[in-house]
Amino acid sequence: MSQIDLFNTVSRSVRSGAQQGPSSENGHNNNAQATTTQAVPTTPTAPKTKGTTIAGTMHATDSALDSDAAFKLKGNRVTMTILELYRYDYKSFNDTLATTVNSAPDFFNQTPVILSLEKCAPDCYIDFIELGELCREYGLVPVAIRGGSEEQSVSANVAGLPKLPAASMSGKSSDIVPDASAALREVRVEVPVSANKLITTPIRSGQQVYAPGGDLVIIAPVSAGAEILADGNIHVYGPLRGRALAGVKGDTSARIFCQSLEAELISIAGNYKVNEDLQKEHWKERIQARLEGNQLVIGPL
Amino acid sequence: MAEIIVVTSGKGGVGKTTTSAAIGTGLALQGHKTVIIDFDVGLRNLDLIMGCERRVVYDFINLINGESNLNQTLIKDKRIDNLSILPASQTRDKDALTIEGVQKVLDELKKTYDFIICDSPAGIEKGAMMAMYFADRAVVVTNPEVSSVRDSDRILGILQSKTLRAENGGEPVREHLLLTRYSPERVEKGEMLSVKDVEDILSIPLLGVIPESKAVLSASNQGNPVILDEESDAGQAYKDAVRRLLGENVEHRFLTASRKGILSRMFGGR
Ligand SMILES: Nc1ncnc2c1ncn2[C@@H]1O[C@H](COP(=O)(O)OP(=O)(O)OP(=O)(O)O)[C@@H](O)[C@H]1O
Ligand SMILES: [Mg+2]
Repeated sequence: MSQIDLFNTVSRSVRSGAQQGPSSENGHNNNAQATTTQAVPTTPTAPKTKGTTIAGTMHATDSALDSDAAFKLKGNRVTMTILELYRYDYKSFNDTLATTVNSAPDFFNQTPVILSLEKCAPDCYIDFIELGELCREYGLVPVAIRGGSEEQSVSANVAGLPKLPAASMSGKSSDIVPDASAALREVRVEVPVSANKLITTPIRSGQQVYAPGGDLVIIAPVSAGAEILADGNIHVYGPLRGRALAGVKGDTSARIFCQSLEAELISIAGNYKVNEDLQKEHWKERIQARLEGNQLVIGPL
Repeated sequence: MAEIIVVTSGKGGVGKTTTSAAIGTGLALQGHKTVIIDFDVGLRNLDLIMGCERRVVYDFINLINGESNLNQTLIKDKRIDNLSILPASQTRDKDALTIEGVQKVLDELKKTYDFIICDSPAGIEKGAMMAMYFADRAVVVTNPEVSSVRDSDRILGILQSKTLRAENGGEPVREHLLLTRYSPERVEKGEMLSVKDVEDILSIPLLGVIPESKAVLSASNQGNPVILDEESDAGQAYKDAVRRLLGENVEHRFLTASRKGILSRMFGGR
Protein backbone atom coordinates (compact mmCIF):
# COMPACT_ATOMS: atom_id res chain seq x y z
CA MET A 1 0.00 0.00 0.00
CA SER A 2 1.40 3.36 -0.85
CA GLN A 3 1.75 6.18 1.49
CA ILE A 4 -0.03 8.98 -0.26
CA ASP A 5 -2.41 9.32 -3.04
CA LEU A 6 -2.37 12.30 -5.30
CA PHE A 7 -5.65 12.83 -6.96
CA ASN A 8 -5.05 15.16 -9.71
CA THR A 9 -7.23 17.29 -11.84
CA VAL A 10 -4.84 18.29 -14.53
CA SER A 11 -6.02 17.30 -17.96
CA ARG A 12 -4.70 14.12 -19.51
CA SER A 13 -3.01 15.74 -22.42
CA VAL A 14 -0.69 17.69 -20.20
CA ARG A 15 0.30 14.59 -18.38
CA SER A 16 0.28 12.11 -21.22
CA GLY A 17 1.57 9.23 -19.24
CA ALA A 18 4.43 11.21 -17.83
CA GLN A 19 4.07 9.92 -14.37
CA GLN A 20 3.18 6.88 -12.49
CA GLY A 21 2.39 6.81 -8.92
CA PRO A 22 4.73 5.33 -6.46
CA SER A 23 4.87 1.65 -7.12
CA SER A 24 3.77 -0.32 -4.18
CA GLU A 25 7.19 -1.54 -3.15
CA ASN A 26 8.20 2.01 -2.39
CA GLY A 27 5.38 2.44 -0.02
CA HIS A 28 6.62 -0.20 2.37
CA ASN A 29 8.43 1.51 5.06
CA ASN A 30 6.60 0.33 8.01
CA ASN A 31 9.39 1.09 10.34
CA ALA A 32 7.01 1.62 13.19
CA GLN A 33 5.05 4.71 12.63
CA ALA A 34 5.42 7.58 15.00
CA THR A 35 9.11 7.62 15.72
CA THR A 36 8.67 11.34 15.94
CA THR A 37 6.19 11.57 18.70
CA GLN A 38 7.37 14.71 20.33
CA ALA A 39 4.79 16.92 21.83
CA VAL A 40 3.80 20.05 20.08
CA PRO A 41 1.92 22.80 21.76
CA THR A 42 -1.56 22.78 20.43
CA THR A 43 -2.86 26.00 21.70
CA PRO A 44 -6.18 27.06 20.33
CA THR A 45 -4.77 30.53 19.85
CA ALA A 46 -2.96 29.30 16.81
CA PRO A 47 -1.52 31.72 14.30
CA LYS A 48 -4.08 33.09 11.97
CA THR A 49 -4.25 31.01 8.86
CA LYS A 50 -3.65 32.47 5.49
CA GLY A 51 -6.59 33.49 3.41
CA THR A 52 -7.82 30.80 1.14
CA THR A 53 -9.37 30.90 -2.26
CA ILE A 54 -10.74 27.46 -2.03
CA ALA A 55 -14.37 26.63 -2.22
CA GLY A 56 -16.35 29.01 -0.22
CA THR A 57 -18.32 32.10 -0.82
CA MET A 58 -17.20 34.94 1.27
CA HIS A 59 -18.68 38.32 1.05
CA ALA A 60 -16.67 41.26 2.02
CA THR A 61 -18.28 44.32 3.39
CA ASP A 62 -20.33 46.31 0.98
CA SER A 63 -17.30 48.36 0.24
CA ALA A 64 -16.93 47.10 -3.29
CA LEU A 65 -17.37 50.59 -4.60
CA ASP A 66 -15.32 52.34 -1.94
CA SER A 67 -12.39 53.67 -3.78
CA ASP A 68 -10.10 53.14 -0.79
CA ALA A 69 -10.73 49.39 -0.51
CA ALA A 70 -7.55 47.53 -1.35
CA PHE A 71 -9.27 44.31 -2.26
CA LYS A 72 -12.47 42.42 -2.30
CA LEU A 73 -13.09 38.84 -1.35
CA LYS A 74 -14.87 36.74 -3.88
CA GLY A 75 -16.17 33.23 -3.85
CA ASN A 76 -14.62 30.93 -6.37
CA ARG A 77 -13.92 27.31 -7.09
CA VAL A 78 -10.63 25.98 -8.23
CA THR A 79 -9.36 22.56 -9.11
CA MET A 80 -6.77 21.20 -6.74
CA THR A 81 -4.48 18.28 -6.32
CA ILE A 82 -5.30 16.21 -3.31
CA LEU A 83 -2.61 14.39 -1.38
CA GLU A 84 -4.31 11.54 0.36
CA LEU A 85 -2.34 10.53 3.38
CA TYR A 86 -2.54 7.01 4.77
CA ARG A 87 -0.07 7.40 7.62
CA TYR A 88 2.83 9.62 8.46
CA ASP A 89 6.42 9.23 9.37
CA TYR A 90 9.31 11.19 8.03
CA LYS A 91 11.07 8.43 6.16
CA SER A 92 8.20 6.74 4.44
CA PHE A 93 6.61 10.05 3.54
CA ASN A 94 9.87 11.30 2.14
CA ASP A 95 10.42 8.10 0.15
CA THR A 96 6.97 8.06 -1.34
CA LEU A 97 7.19 11.72 -2.18
CA ALA A 98 10.53 11.29 -3.86
CA THR A 99 9.27 8.45 -6.01
CA THR A 100 6.13 10.29 -6.95
CA VAL A 101 7.85 13.48 -7.84
CA ASN A 102 10.84 11.95 -9.56
CA SER A 103 8.59 10.13 -11.96
CA ALA A 104 7.48 13.55 -13.19
CA PRO A 105 10.09 16.06 -12.15
CA ASP A 106 8.57 18.97 -14.02
CA PHE A 107 5.06 18.29 -13.04
CA PHE A 108 5.11 19.62 -9.52
CA ASN A 109 6.12 23.19 -9.62
CA GLN A 110 4.77 25.07 -6.66
CA THR A 111 1.66 22.99 -7.01
CA PRO A 112 -0.85 23.72 -4.27
CA VAL A 113 -2.23 20.57 -2.67
CA ILE A 114 -4.89 19.77 -0.15
CA LEU A 115 -3.95 17.17 2.44
CA SER A 116 -6.72 14.70 2.84
CA LEU A 117 -6.65 12.93 6.20
CA GLU A 118 -9.78 10.96 5.58
CA LYS A 119 -7.87 7.70 5.10
CA CYS A 120 -5.55 8.34 7.98
CA ALA A 121 -6.08 6.85 11.43
CA PRO A 122 -7.52 9.53 13.72
CA ASP A 123 -4.82 8.94 16.31
CA CYS A 124 -1.96 9.12 13.84
CA TYR A 125 0.36 11.92 14.79
CA ILE A 126 1.34 14.12 11.90
CA ASP A 127 4.04 16.73 12.14
CA PHE A 128 2.54 19.21 9.71
CA ILE A 129 5.46 21.58 9.87
CA GLU A 130 7.88 18.87 8.89
CA LEU A 131 5.47 17.51 6.29
CA GLY A 132 5.02 20.98 4.84
CA GLU A 133 8.75 21.47 4.52
CA LEU A 134 9.17 18.13 2.83
CA CYS A 135 6.39 18.91 0.40
CA ARG A 136 7.77 22.30 -0.50
CA GLU A 137 11.17 20.77 -1.12
CA TYR A 138 9.53 18.72 -3.86
CA GLY A 139 7.43 21.49 -5.34
CA LEU A 140 4.18 20.75 -3.56
CA VAL A 141 2.64 23.46 -1.42
CA PRO A 142 0.09 22.25 1.12
CA VAL A 143 -2.61 24.87 1.54
CA ALA A 144 -5.21 23.18 3.69
CA ILE A 145 -6.32 19.91 5.19
CA ARG A 146 -9.51 18.07 4.74
CA GLY A 147 -10.98 15.57 7.16
CA GLY A 148 -8.99 14.27 10.12
CA SER A 149 -9.53 14.22 13.83
CA GLU A 150 -9.86 17.16 16.19
CA GLU A 151 -6.24 16.78 17.28
CA GLN A 152 -4.98 16.61 13.77
CA SER A 153 -6.87 19.76 12.85
CA VAL A 154 -5.37 21.64 15.72
CA SER A 155 -1.82 20.70 14.83
CA ALA A 156 -2.51 21.51 11.20
CA ASN A 157 -3.80 24.87 12.23
CA VAL A 158 -0.61 25.51 14.14
CA ALA A 159 1.31 24.81 10.97
CA GLY A 160 -0.78 27.34 9.08
CA LEU A 161 -3.06 24.82 7.40
CA PRO A 162 -6.75 25.56 7.79
CA LYS A 163 -9.31 22.83 7.66
CA LEU A 164 -11.71 22.77 4.77
CA PRO A 165 -15.28 21.89 5.49
CA ALA A 166 -15.52 18.29 4.40
CA ALA A 167 -18.81 18.67 2.60
CA SER A 168 -17.64 21.35 0.24
CA MET A 169 -15.24 19.15 -1.60
CA SER A 170 -15.83 15.59 -0.77
CA GLY A 171 -18.88 15.34 -3.00
CA LYS A 172 -17.04 14.90 -6.24
CA SER A 173 -14.05 12.98 -5.13
CA SER A 174 -16.31 10.15 -4.12
CA ASP A 175 -16.32 9.48 -7.84
CA ILE A 176 -13.00 7.84 -7.50
CA VAL A 177 -12.82 4.35 -6.33
CA PRO A 178 -10.12 4.32 -3.72
CA ASP A 179 -7.54 2.14 -5.33
CA ALA A 180 -4.12 1.99 -3.86
CA SER A 181 -2.48 0.65 -6.98
CA ALA A 182 -2.88 3.85 -8.92
CA ALA A 183 -1.53 6.67 -6.93
CA LEU A 184 -2.27 9.40 -9.38
CA ARG A 185 -5.79 9.59 -10.50
CA GLU A 186 -8.01 12.20 -11.88
CA VAL A 187 -10.85 13.84 -10.14
CA ARG A 188 -12.89 16.55 -11.62
CA VAL A 189 -13.88 18.94 -8.93
CA GLU A 190 -16.73 20.74 -10.49
CA VAL A 191 -15.81 24.11 -11.93
CA PRO A 192 -18.86 26.04 -12.91
CA VAL A 193 -18.75 26.50 -16.66
CA SER A 194 -19.55 29.99 -17.77
CA ALA A 195 -22.26 30.47 -20.31
CA ASN A 196 -19.94 32.59 -22.40
CA LYS A 197 -18.57 31.07 -25.55
CA LEU A 198 -15.13 31.64 -26.99
CA ILE A 199 -14.42 30.75 -30.61
CA THR A 200 -10.92 30.86 -32.03
CA THR A 201 -11.40 29.62 -35.58
CA PRO A 202 -13.09 31.41 -38.48
CA ILE A 203 -16.87 31.12 -38.70
CA ARG A 204 -17.52 30.20 -42.30
CA SER A 205 -20.40 30.77 -44.66
CA GLY A 206 -23.31 28.50 -43.74
CA GLN A 207 -22.19 28.06 -40.14
CA GLN A 208 -24.12 29.26 -37.16
CA VAL A 209 -22.84 29.78 -33.64
CA TYR A 210 -25.04 30.58 -30.67
CA ALA A 211 -24.06 31.40 -27.11
CA PRO A 212 -27.16 30.72 -25.05
CA GLY A 213 -27.30 32.56 -21.76
CA GLY A 214 -24.06 34.47 -22.24
CA ASP A 215 -21.63 36.39 -24.41
CA LEU A 216 -20.07 35.23 -27.63
CA VAL A 217 -16.41 36.09 -28.17
CA ILE A 218 -14.83 35.34 -31.52
CA ILE A 219 -11.17 35.94 -32.18
CA ALA A 220 -11.30 35.14 -35.90
CA PRO A 221 -13.14 36.42 -38.95
CA VAL A 222 -16.87 35.85 -39.35
CA SER A 223 -17.57 35.21 -43.02
CA ALA A 224 -20.38 36.50 -45.13
CA GLY A 225 -23.12 33.90 -44.99
CA ALA A 226 -22.33 32.97 -41.38
CA GLU A 227 -24.61 33.78 -38.48
CA ILE A 228 -23.59 34.41 -34.88
CA LEU A 229 -26.04 34.79 -32.03
CA ALA A 230 -25.86 35.39 -28.30
CA ASP A 231 -28.24 36.03 -25.46
CA GLY A 232 -25.67 38.54 -24.25
CA ASN A 233 -23.01 40.59 -26.03
CA ILE A 234 -21.07 39.70 -29.15
CA HIS A 235 -17.39 40.51 -29.55
CA VAL A 236 -15.64 39.86 -32.83
CA TYR A 237 -11.90 40.45 -32.85
CA GLY A 238 -11.71 40.26 -36.61
CA PRO A 239 -13.85 41.39 -39.50
CA LEU A 240 -17.57 40.82 -39.05
CA ARG A 241 -18.92 39.98 -42.50
CA GLY A 242 -21.88 37.79 -41.64
CA ARG A 243 -24.96 38.34 -39.51
CA ALA A 244 -24.62 39.11 -35.82
CA LEU A 245 -27.57 39.04 -33.45
CA ALA A 246 -27.03 39.95 -29.81
CA GLY A 247 -29.59 39.87 -27.03
CA VAL A 248 -31.68 37.39 -28.96
CA LYS A 249 -33.80 36.62 -25.91
CA GLY A 250 -34.64 40.28 -25.58
CA ASP A 251 -31.77 41.72 -23.54
CA THR A 252 -31.80 45.34 -24.70
CA SER A 253 -28.56 46.11 -22.87
CA ALA A 254 -26.59 43.71 -25.07
CA ARG A 255 -24.01 45.18 -27.39
CA ILE A 256 -22.03 44.15 -30.44
CA PHE A 257 -18.35 44.95 -30.83
CA CYS A 258 -16.20 44.24 -33.85
CA GLN A 259 -12.87 45.16 -35.39
CA SER A 260 -14.22 45.81 -38.86
CA LEU A 261 -17.87 46.33 -39.63
CA GLU A 262 -18.63 44.57 -42.91
CA ALA A 263 -21.75 42.80 -41.74
CA GLU A 264 -24.77 41.63 -43.65
CA LEU A 265 -26.96 42.40 -40.69
CA ILE A 266 -26.61 43.31 -37.07
CA SER A 267 -29.37 43.11 -34.53
CA ILE A 268 -29.82 43.76 -30.84
CA ALA A 269 -32.90 42.41 -29.13
CA GLY A 270 -34.68 42.30 -32.46
CA ASN A 271 -33.77 45.82 -33.58
CA TYR A 272 -31.66 45.44 -36.67
CA LYS A 273 -29.88 47.14 -39.51
CA VAL A 274 -29.13 45.50 -42.82
CA ASN A 275 -26.03 45.80 -44.94
CA GLU A 276 -27.42 48.61 -47.06
CA ASP A 277 -27.83 50.84 -44.01
CA LEU A 278 -24.66 49.65 -42.35
CA GLN A 279 -22.55 50.69 -45.33
CA LYS A 280 -23.55 54.32 -44.77
CA GLU A 281 -21.44 54.89 -41.67
CA HIS A 282 -18.44 53.36 -39.93
CA TRP A 283 -18.11 50.80 -42.71
CA LYS A 284 -15.00 48.68 -42.20
CA GLU A 285 -14.29 50.46 -38.93
CA ARG A 286 -14.03 49.32 -35.33
CA ILE A 287 -17.43 49.84 -33.85
CA GLN A 288 -19.77 49.10 -31.06
CA ALA A 289 -23.49 48.82 -31.58
CA ARG A 290 -26.05 49.32 -28.83
CA LEU A 291 -29.63 50.27 -28.34
CA GLU A 292 -30.81 53.74 -27.45
CA GLY A 293 -34.46 53.18 -26.82
CA ASN A 294 -35.52 51.18 -29.82
CA GLN A 295 -32.87 52.71 -31.99
CA LEU A 296 -29.83 50.68 -32.97
CA VAL A 297 -26.90 53.06 -32.68
CA ILE A 298 -23.51 52.37 -34.17
CA GLY A 299 -20.53 54.31 -32.96
CA PRO A 300 -16.75 54.11 -33.07
CA LEU A 301 -15.02 52.02 -30.46
CA MET B 1 2.79 7.56 -43.91
CA ALA B 2 0.37 8.17 -46.74
CA GLU B 3 -1.27 11.57 -46.97
CA ILE B 4 -4.76 12.03 -48.30
CA ILE B 5 -5.28 15.34 -50.09
CA VAL B 6 -8.71 16.40 -51.26
CA VAL B 7 -9.04 18.91 -54.09
CA THR B 8 -12.32 20.65 -53.51
CA SER B 9 -14.15 23.93 -54.15
CA GLY B 10 -17.87 23.88 -53.67
CA LYS B 11 -18.44 25.73 -56.92
CA GLY B 12 -18.27 23.81 -60.16
CA GLY B 13 -15.94 24.34 -63.07
CA VAL B 14 -13.25 26.22 -61.16
CA GLY B 15 -10.42 23.84 -62.02
CA LYS B 16 -10.51 21.00 -59.49
CA THR B 17 -9.91 18.22 -61.98
CA THR B 18 -7.24 20.23 -63.79
CA THR B 19 -5.59 20.77 -60.41
CA SER B 20 -5.88 17.16 -59.25
CA ALA B 21 -4.23 16.00 -62.46
CA ALA B 22 -1.49 18.61 -62.24
CA ILE B 23 -0.70 18.16 -58.57
CA GLY B 24 -0.88 14.38 -58.69
CA THR B 25 1.44 14.33 -61.68
CA GLY B 26 3.75 16.86 -60.04
CA LEU B 27 4.06 14.81 -56.85
CA ALA B 28 4.81 11.68 -58.86
CA LEU B 29 7.44 13.57 -60.86
CA GLN B 30 9.10 14.46 -57.56
CA GLY B 31 9.41 10.76 -56.82
CA HIS B 32 6.38 10.22 -54.62
CA LYS B 33 4.13 7.28 -55.30
CA THR B 34 0.81 8.91 -56.06
CA VAL B 35 -2.71 7.89 -56.95
CA ILE B 36 -5.47 10.23 -58.10
CA ILE B 37 -9.04 9.18 -57.35
CA ASP B 38 -11.98 10.57 -59.32
CA PHE B 39 -14.88 11.01 -56.91
CA ASP B 40 -17.11 12.58 -59.54
CA VAL B 41 -19.35 9.59 -60.02
CA GLY B 42 -21.47 9.94 -63.14
CA LEU B 43 -19.41 12.74 -64.69
CA ARG B 44 -15.99 11.25 -64.85
CA ASN B 45 -13.42 13.34 -66.62
CA LEU B 46 -10.19 12.92 -64.73
CA ASP B 47 -9.33 10.06 -67.08
CA LEU B 48 -9.83 12.39 -70.07
CA ILE B 49 -7.53 15.02 -68.65
CA MET B 50 -4.99 12.33 -67.82
CA GLY B 51 -5.39 10.81 -71.27
CA CYS B 52 -6.19 7.30 -70.07
CA GLU B 53 -9.89 7.14 -70.87
CA ARG B 54 -9.45 4.31 -73.34
CA ARG B 55 -7.85 2.08 -70.80
CA VAL B 56 -10.62 2.11 -68.22
CA VAL B 57 -11.94 -1.36 -67.44
CA TYR B 58 -13.14 -1.21 -63.87
CA ASP B 59 -13.88 1.81 -61.72
CA PHE B 60 -13.94 3.09 -58.14
CA ILE B 61 -17.43 1.72 -57.50
CA ASN B 62 -16.51 -1.73 -58.79
CA LEU B 63 -13.63 -1.66 -56.38
CA ILE B 64 -15.83 -0.60 -53.47
CA ASN B 65 -18.33 -3.32 -54.28
CA GLY B 66 -15.60 -5.92 -54.48
CA GLU B 67 -16.27 -6.59 -58.14
CA SER B 68 -12.67 -5.92 -59.01
CA ASN B 69 -9.38 -5.72 -57.17
CA LEU B 70 -6.90 -2.90 -56.88
CA ASN B 71 -4.57 -4.25 -59.55
CA GLN B 72 -7.32 -4.60 -62.08
CA THR B 73 -8.81 -1.22 -61.38
CA LEU B 74 -5.89 1.18 -61.03
CA ILE B 75 -4.63 2.58 -64.31
CA LYS B 76 -0.90 3.07 -64.37
CA ASP B 77 0.19 6.26 -66.06
CA LYS B 78 2.23 5.61 -69.19
CA ARG B 79 4.43 8.67 -68.80
CA ILE B 80 5.27 8.56 -65.10
CA ASP B 81 6.20 5.47 -63.13
CA ASN B 82 4.91 6.50 -59.74
CA LEU B 83 1.48 7.56 -60.88
CA SER B 84 -1.87 5.75 -60.98
CA ILE B 85 -5.43 6.82 -61.64
CA LEU B 86 -8.56 5.41 -60.07
CA PRO B 87 -11.38 6.34 -62.44
CA ALA B 88 -14.92 7.15 -61.41
CA SER B 89 -17.88 5.24 -62.65
CA GLN B 90 -19.77 6.95 -65.42
CA THR B 91 -22.93 5.02 -64.97
CA ARG B 92 -23.61 4.25 -61.35
CA ASP B 93 -25.28 6.58 -58.99
CA LYS B 94 -23.58 8.35 -56.13
CA ASP B 95 -25.26 6.27 -53.44
CA ALA B 96 -22.79 3.53 -54.19
CA LEU B 97 -20.19 5.67 -52.41
CA THR B 98 -20.29 4.79 -48.73
CA ILE B 99 -18.01 5.75 -45.87
CA GLU B 100 -17.14 2.12 -45.24
CA GLY B 101 -16.52 1.45 -48.92
CA VAL B 102 -14.33 4.50 -49.39
CA GLN B 103 -12.44 3.73 -46.21
CA LYS B 104 -11.74 0.19 -47.34
CA VAL B 105 -10.24 1.38 -50.61
CA LEU B 106 -8.24 4.18 -48.99
CA ASP B 107 -6.84 1.83 -46.37
CA GLU B 108 -5.71 -0.48 -49.14
CA LEU B 109 -4.10 2.37 -51.10
CA LYS B 110 -2.39 3.78 -48.04
CA LYS B 111 -0.26 0.67 -47.84
CA THR B 112 1.58 1.44 -51.07
CA TYR B 113 1.08 5.11 -51.92
CA ASP B 114 2.66 8.26 -50.47
CA PHE B 115 -0.05 10.58 -51.69
CA ILE B 116 -3.72 9.95 -52.41
CA ILE B 117 -5.33 12.82 -54.30
CA CYS B 118 -9.11 12.95 -54.19
CA ASP B 119 -10.69 14.91 -57.04
CA SER B 120 -13.96 16.10 -55.54
CA PRO B 121 -17.12 16.77 -57.50
CA ALA B 122 -18.67 20.21 -57.21
CA GLY B 123 -21.31 20.99 -54.63
CA ILE B 124 -21.68 19.85 -51.06
CA GLU B 125 -23.57 16.66 -51.76
CA LYS B 126 -22.57 13.15 -50.96
CA GLY B 127 -19.77 12.80 -53.51
CA ALA B 128 -18.05 15.93 -52.22
CA MET B 129 -18.51 14.84 -48.62
CA MET B 130 -17.02 11.42 -49.33
CA ALA B 131 -14.05 12.95 -51.15
CA MET B 132 -13.14 15.11 -48.15
CA TYR B 133 -14.13 12.85 -45.26
CA PHE B 134 -10.80 11.09 -44.80
CA ALA B 135 -8.59 13.97 -45.92
CA ASP B 136 -5.46 15.05 -44.09
CA ARG B 137 -5.12 18.15 -46.23
CA ALA B 138 -7.36 20.09 -48.52
CA VAL B 139 -6.50 22.13 -51.59
CA VAL B 140 -9.37 24.59 -51.91
CA VAL B 141 -9.57 25.63 -55.54
CA THR B 142 -11.00 29.12 -55.92
CA ASN B 143 -11.53 31.50 -58.82
CA PRO B 144 -11.12 35.19 -58.14
CA GLU B 145 -14.80 35.99 -58.10
CA VAL B 146 -17.27 36.49 -55.29
CA SER B 147 -19.43 33.41 -55.75
CA SER B 148 -16.46 31.06 -55.94
CA VAL B 149 -14.93 32.60 -52.83
CA ARG B 150 -18.20 32.28 -50.98
CA ASP B 151 -18.46 28.60 -51.89
CA SER B 152 -14.88 27.99 -50.83
CA ASP B 153 -15.65 29.60 -47.51
CA ARG B 154 -18.55 27.25 -47.13
CA ILE B 155 -16.37 24.27 -47.94
CA LEU B 156 -13.80 25.38 -45.37
CA GLY B 157 -16.50 25.35 -42.73
CA ILE B 158 -17.48 21.83 -43.72
CA LEU B 159 -13.85 20.68 -43.72
CA GLN B 160 -13.59 21.82 -40.12
CA SER B 161 -16.79 20.17 -39.00
CA LYS B 162 -17.74 17.19 -41.14
CA THR B 163 -14.51 15.32 -41.70
CA LEU B 164 -13.06 12.42 -39.78
CA ARG B 165 -10.40 14.69 -38.35
CA ALA B 166 -13.04 17.13 -37.18
CA GLU B 167 -15.07 14.36 -35.61
CA ASN B 168 -12.05 12.91 -33.86
CA GLY B 169 -11.20 16.33 -32.52
CA GLY B 170 -7.50 15.97 -33.27
CA GLU B 171 -5.37 17.96 -35.67
CA PRO B 172 -7.75 19.62 -38.11
CA VAL B 173 -7.52 19.18 -41.88
CA ARG B 174 -4.69 21.38 -43.20
CA GLU B 175 -6.08 23.90 -45.65
CA HIS B 176 -4.40 25.35 -48.70
CA LEU B 177 -5.78 28.04 -50.96
CA LEU B 178 -5.18 27.59 -54.68
CA LEU B 179 -6.35 30.53 -56.74
CA THR B 180 -6.88 29.48 -60.34
CA ARG B 181 -7.83 31.18 -63.60
CA TYR B 182 -6.21 34.32 -62.26
CA SER B 183 -5.98 37.17 -64.69
CA PRO B 184 -3.89 40.07 -63.40
CA GLU B 185 -5.15 42.31 -66.21
CA ARG B 186 -8.74 41.83 -65.15
CA VAL B 187 -7.82 42.31 -61.51
CA GLU B 188 -6.23 45.63 -62.38
CA LYS B 189 -9.35 46.68 -64.21
CA GLY B 190 -11.32 45.83 -61.11
CA GLU B 191 -13.22 43.03 -62.82
CA MET B 192 -11.85 40.34 -60.55
CA LEU B 193 -10.87 39.98 -56.94
CA SER B 194 -7.17 40.25 -56.22
CA VAL B 195 -5.07 37.63 -54.46
CA LYS B 196 -5.13 39.82 -51.38
CA ASP B 197 -8.91 40.19 -51.46
CA VAL B 198 -9.35 36.43 -51.55
CA GLU B 199 -6.72 35.79 -48.88
CA ASP B 200 -8.41 38.40 -46.68
CA ILE B 201 -11.77 36.74 -46.95
CA LEU B 202 -10.69 33.12 -46.61
CA SER B 203 -7.72 33.66 -44.31
CA ILE B 204 -5.95 30.39 -45.08
CA PRO B 205 -2.41 29.99 -46.41
CA LEU B 206 -1.90 30.49 -50.14
CA LEU B 207 -0.56 27.44 -51.94
CA GLY B 208 -0.39 29.07 -55.33
CA VAL B 209 -1.88 31.26 -58.01
CA ILE B 210 -2.50 29.63 -61.38
CA PRO B 211 -2.93 32.16 -64.18
CA GLU B 212 -5.72 31.94 -66.71
CA SER B 213 -3.98 30.20 -69.56
CA LYS B 214 -4.77 28.81 -73.00
CA ALA B 215 -2.30 26.06 -72.25
CA VAL B 216 -4.80 24.46 -69.86
CA LEU B 217 -7.41 23.79 -72.49
CA SER B 218 -5.00 22.53 -75.08
CA ALA B 219 -3.29 20.31 -72.54
CA SER B 220 -6.54 18.73 -71.47
CA ASN B 221 -7.60 18.25 -75.08
CA GLN B 222 -4.44 16.24 -75.57
CA GLY B 223 -4.91 14.32 -72.37
CA ASN B 224 -1.72 15.75 -70.94
CA PRO B 225 -1.79 17.31 -67.49
CA VAL B 226 -0.74 20.93 -67.92
CA ILE B 227 2.12 20.57 -65.45
CA LEU B 228 3.93 18.55 -68.13
CA ASP B 229 3.88 21.64 -70.37
CA GLU B 230 6.97 23.25 -68.93
CA GLU B 231 6.83 26.21 -71.26
CA SER B 232 3.44 27.35 -70.05
CA ASP B 233 2.87 29.77 -67.21
CA ALA B 234 0.11 27.56 -65.80
CA GLY B 235 2.41 24.52 -65.89
CA GLN B 236 5.14 26.40 -64.07
CA ALA B 237 2.71 27.80 -61.54
CA TYR B 238 1.47 24.29 -60.75
CA LYS B 239 5.07 23.11 -60.40
CA ASP B 240 5.71 25.83 -57.85
CA ALA B 241 2.52 24.87 -56.01
CA VAL B 242 3.62 21.23 -55.78
CA ARG B 243 6.94 22.30 -54.30
CA ARG B 244 5.14 24.41 -51.72
CA LEU B 245 2.86 21.50 -50.93
CA LEU B 246 5.99 19.52 -50.15
CA GLY B 247 7.10 22.21 -47.77
CA GLU B 248 9.46 24.25 -49.92
CA ASN B 249 9.43 28.00 -49.77
CA VAL B 250 8.86 29.20 -53.32
CA GLU B 251 8.13 32.78 -54.27
CA HIS B 252 4.80 33.44 -55.98
CA ARG B 253 4.88 34.30 -59.68
CA PHE B 254 2.43 35.43 -62.36
CA LEU B 255 0.72 37.90 -60.04
CA THR B 256 1.11 41.05 -62.07
CA ALA B 257 -0.09 42.10 -65.48
CA SER B 258 3.09 43.73 -66.67
CA ARG B 259 4.22 41.87 -69.75
CA LYS B 260 7.86 42.50 -69.18
CA GLY B 261 10.67 40.54 -70.70
CA ILE B 262 12.68 38.03 -68.78
CA LEU B 263 15.48 40.55 -68.28
CA SER B 264 13.41 43.13 -66.52
CA ARG B 265 11.96 40.41 -64.36
CA MET B 266 15.41 39.26 -63.44
CA PHE B 267 16.53 42.76 -62.64
CA GLY B 268 13.85 43.56 -60.18
CA GLY B 269 11.00 44.72 -62.38
CA ARG B 270 7.69 44.18 -60.75
N1 LIG C 1 -5.86 28.07 -65.27
C1 LIG C 1 -6.80 27.87 -66.22
N2 LIG C 1 -6.80 28.63 -67.32
C2 LIG C 1 -7.74 28.46 -68.27
N3 LIG C 1 -8.72 27.56 -68.20
C3 LIG C 1 -8.79 26.77 -67.12
C4 LIG C 1 -7.84 26.89 -66.07
N4 LIG C 1 -8.16 25.99 -65.12
C5 LIG C 1 -9.24 25.32 -65.57
N5 LIG C 1 -9.63 25.79 -66.78
C6 LIG C 1 -10.77 25.34 -67.56
O1 LIG C 1 -11.92 25.40 -66.77
C7 LIG C 1 -12.79 24.33 -67.09
C8 LIG C 1 -13.14 23.57 -65.82
O2 LIG C 1 -11.98 22.94 -65.34
P1 LIG C 1 -12.05 21.61 -64.47
O3 LIG C 1 -12.79 20.55 -65.17
O4 LIG C 1 -10.69 21.31 -64.00
O5 LIG C 1 -12.93 22.16 -63.29
P2 LIG C 1 -13.66 21.31 -62.14
O6 LIG C 1 -13.63 22.20 -60.95
O7 LIG C 1 -13.07 19.99 -62.01
O8 LIG C 1 -15.11 21.20 -62.70
P3 LIG C 1 -16.30 20.29 -62.08
O9 LIG C 1 -16.81 21.07 -60.93
O10 LIG C 1 -17.28 20.20 -63.20
O11 LIG C 1 -15.68 18.99 -61.71
C9 LIG C 1 -12.08 23.47 -68.10
O12 LIG C 1 -12.57 23.79 -69.37
C10 LIG C 1 -10.63 23.89 -67.96
O13 LIG C 1 -9.95 23.77 -69.17
MG1 LIG D 1 -13.99 18.02 -62.00
